[in-house]
Amino acid sequence: RPHNLTINLYLTSSTATRAKMSAPAAVRVIGAFDSPFSHRAEVALRLKGVPYELILEELHNKSELLLTSNPVHKKVPVLLHGDRAVCESLIIVEYVDETFDGPRLLPSDPYDRAMARFWARFIDDKCSKPFWLAMWTDGEAQKGFMKEIKENFALLEAQLEGKRFFGGDTIGLVDIAACGFAHWLTVCEEVSGVTLVTAKEFPRLCRWAKEYASDEKVRACLPDRAQMLAHFTANKEMFMAMAKSMLPK
Amino acid sequence: SVPASPKQRKDRIMAGEKKGLVLLDFWVSPFAQRCRIALAEKGLACESLEQELLGDKSDLLLGSNPVHKKVPVLLHDGRAVCESLVILEYIEDAFPGAAPRLLPADPHARAQARFWADYVDKRVYSCGTRLWKLKGEGRAAARAEMLETLRTLDAELGDRAFFGGEAFGFVDVALIPLTSWFYSYEKHGGFSVEEECPGLAEWARRCGERESVAKVLTPPEEVHDFICLLKKHYGVE
Repeated sequence: RPHNLTINLYLTSSTATRAKMSAPAAVRVIGAFDSPFSHRAEVALRLKGVPYELILEELHNKSELLLTSNPVHKKVPVLLHGDRAVCESLIIVEYVDETFDGPRLLPSDPYDRAMARFWARFIDDKCSKPFWLAMWTDGEAQKGFMKEIKENFALLEAQLEGKRFFGGDTIGLVDIAACGFAHWLTVCEEVSGVTLVTAKEFPRLCRWAKEYASDEKVRACLPDRAQMLAHFTANKEMFMAMAKSMLPK
Repeated sequence: SVPASPKQRKDRIMAGEKKGLVLLDFWVSPFAQRCRIALAEKGLACESLEQELLGDKSDLLLGSNPVHKKVPVLLHDGRAVCESLVILEYIEDAFPGAAPRLLPADPHARAQARFWADYVDKRVYSCGTRLWKLKGEGRAAARAEMLETLRTLDAELGDRAFFGGEAFGFVDVALIPLTSWFYSYEKHGGFSVEEECPGLAEWARRCGERESVAKVLTPPEEVHDFICLLKKHYGVE
């Protein structure tokens, strides 16, 4: 069947990263253009200096490769390392941390690791849905989701006290998990007309967002903002319809 | 690897020498039971503090888990770890000498284990709740989803003894407490796990032979009684 594939090659000149792997197997990421989950997989590899090939999916027309690599969820991202497939973005980040040399993405201390995992899950389980719904619903329902996401953002704001990143001095699992709030959030706000995060209310989160999004390795795998803006604008009605369908009856 | 900082060394000593473990618990919670099974498998002594969940929650629980206000919470020398799968990983990391290891050493195998534990987390309990809370279309949808989930897990298990392969592991610990809830799900959904997924049913029996599991799991009839209590509490007929 007809299928569009865009393949980008990312080459690194660093030889230090080859030290740990005895027989470097090809690394590929099956991703999608403006998926924050897809970004998580890419940024983990870039932070480790691991070269990879990016395979961009058209999510309305999923490739055979995606469907066979992730038969359970049929979602991006999927990390392909040699003949091994790893699914679920946060699991991919942990896999990358355990497999490749380079800066740690999770702390080494067991308690700190537990805290990182806790907050990464919090972002996925408690923030993603109310954030999305606060953007694309209206009326009383929207007010409710606004309240919910702001309460949860306040918890994240508190986690940033005295820290440059959630991970401390360097980008870590929680920063990667929170990427949607660094780059996607303002695009959603612009398109939806909903202001969720102001510097007055969430000074640390705003500062963190700039720090994260301006990191050289992060920037290299963030979707182009203008393109995202155009894409989201074009899909606004669809997002609103989707959000409405997600409301409890 | 990078040499340990003074803080890391201190924390390592704390983890190794002061095994002060307390679990904020609830008798029928399958999530708390995951932790108790893991601790029992590893021979780690842990005090269980039963929590009041349907009435007023204790200051200890609210203080230890301010974000979710839920059990389980593992207190290790007073420091709280929340979320059952996070607790399981913490137990692995904090007690590296405590056998058996629940997660394999190979990163890909670890990723697979995490994937399936995550699948169990997303797909079983909330779907099961919809099965007994909803009626009509809602219940029918939950039933279909539950069957798909169980069949997928059954297929993943295949002809292996455990999800961990030959050894009882991370995914087995994540799923086994939820099997106590199957009886009530079956009654509400009108299906039989034995018929739909005989392999999974056999796996559950095999796990039930382990002392750690046998001592911890709530008998299915008691879970069913508890669900009937919850139904009254929520005003569901």
